[in-house]
Amino acid sequence: MVSVPGSGLLKGLAVTLRQMTRRSVTAHYPDALPELPPRSRGVIALIEENCTSCMLCARECPAWCIYIDSHKDVIPATTEGGKDKTRNVLDRFAIDFSICMYCSICVEACPFDALHWSPEFEYAELDIRELTHEKDRLREWMWTVPPPVALDPHAEPAKEIGVAEKAAVRRPTAPGDPS
Amino acid sequence: MTDWVDLGVRLALVLAAFLVVPLLVGQVEHKAMAHMQGRVGPMYAGAFHGWAQLVADGVKFVQKEDVVPAAADRTVFKIAPAVALLPYLVALLVIPVGPGLVGQDLGVGLFFVLAVMGVGVIGSLMGGWSSANKFSLLGGIRVAAQLMAYELPFVLAAASVAMAAGTLSLTGIVQAWEPWWLLWQGIAAVVFFVAGLAEVQRPPFDMPVADAEIVFGPYTEYGGLRFALFILAEYAGIVVLSALTTVLFLGGWHGPWEDQLGWLWTLLKVLAVSFVVIWVRVAYPRLREDQLQRFAWQGLVPLALLQLAITAVGVVAW
Ligand code: SF4
Ligand code: SF4
Repeated sequence: MVSVPGSGLLKGLAVTLRQMTRRSVTAHYPDALPELPPRSRGVIALIEENCTSCMLCARECPAWCIYIDSHKDVIPATTEGGKDKTRNVLDRFAIDFSICMYCSICVEACPFDALHWSPEFEYAELDIRELTHEKDRLREWMWTVPPPVALDPHAEPAKEIGVAEKAAVRRPTAPGDPS
Repeated sequence: MTDWVDLGVRLALVLAAFLVVPLLVGQVEHKAMAHMQGRVGPMYAGAFHGWAQLVADGVKFVQKEDVVPAAADRTVFKIAPAVALLPYLVALLVIPVGPGLVGQDLGVGLFFVLAVMGVGVIGSLMGGWSSANKFSLLGGIRVAAQLMAYELPFVLAAASVAMAAGTLSLTGIVQAWEPWWLLWQGIAAVVFFVAGLAEVQRPPFDMPVADAEIVFGPYTEYGGLRFALFILAEYAGIVVLSALTTVLFLGGWHGPWEDQLGWLWTLLKVLAVSFVVIWVRVAYPRLREDQLQRFAWQGLVPLALLQLAITAVGVVAW
């Protein structure tokens, strides 16, 4: 390859000129909202109904930014001489987003799928103390949580489904089965 | 009496052009550069595509506090921006726009313009020296070194075309210009344009202001209106350089219907050359100090001398 001196310079000019005729790639953010991928870690949403106040998330959180208060309700026994049951009631669930580092450990740790990532990210406040969002606010974000991403075409089935299917296959040979 | 009115109108027109065309170039720079880099550029000031951005910038600069460093040489520091800006206004006065359309036709117009443009750089030197800041000083010294290096090919290239036209008058040069000079004086045109880029310290020859290394060179301590004047001087410098390139090498007002539309041709050519100035800024990285000097002394000066020799042969042969 013979290279003409200066051809590189001309090539540079050509590249910029070609780029000028193309559409720019700037995202017009405040005017047009960005299309975030479904797994974006915007803010943590909470389904209060799923939460058992087990405190696992708060204990696993490396930043100690989850605050949980709960008390036990006593459910009187329904049958005569039966034992009273107790149930946890969530009084307060708050996350301090000024300390949260979006590590997702709480979401992973929750055994009852009460925490989810929502791609919403516009929750800035003028005062840092107001970044501690209480459970009603966390609940509202639940509406913005996208459905889980579909599995790859040839991927193994989701764990829960796989376990259920295996159980269904095993059942006929299980001892005590009529068949 | 009519002479005075005539002169007044000419001065007013030149002043208007001086205030409008650099802004136009600045706006084109905002937009063209943005698109070359795949972004959109300023969009909000003004209704259509942010046309009022530079006006808004001006308003912003005016509002800012006028700060002079305690250790600065106050007088020199304060007049430096004016020294940087005014020469370009004076230079515009003698640049012909159309047949008979010129602020003031001077017999030694070319000589005058080159001399005056040299003064503009003094403004940067003054700012660099008087700021009492090591970055400014370093920038100022770089300006000086760059000025020394590029003034020579700049003047030699201009001398070549003056020799070819047999006159120092800018109007005379345009009248003598013929299309085939594009080839004959081609080397000089390139040398003149490139050296001119270095004279007005535009990228890739913006070593003196190198905002990433020495903050902003001679302008480090400047803020508000004085800084705006320096920026305006840069754009005015682009306009003057483009106008000179147009007049000396691209045939000024020559074009179809040049008697009526001559001014339009000049304006279009000036804007086209200004666009190239912007384009080059986007396409090339900044030259290092040693590359910059080597390019001037080992590249441009020999080329300019070669062109001078070719021109001399041409003038004698025909
Ligand atoms: S994402 Fe991490 S830091 Fe934030 S609340 Fe959950 S566990 Fe704590
Ligand atoms: S881990 Fe889940 S269920 Fe347990 S307290 Fe946290 S959110 Fe509630």
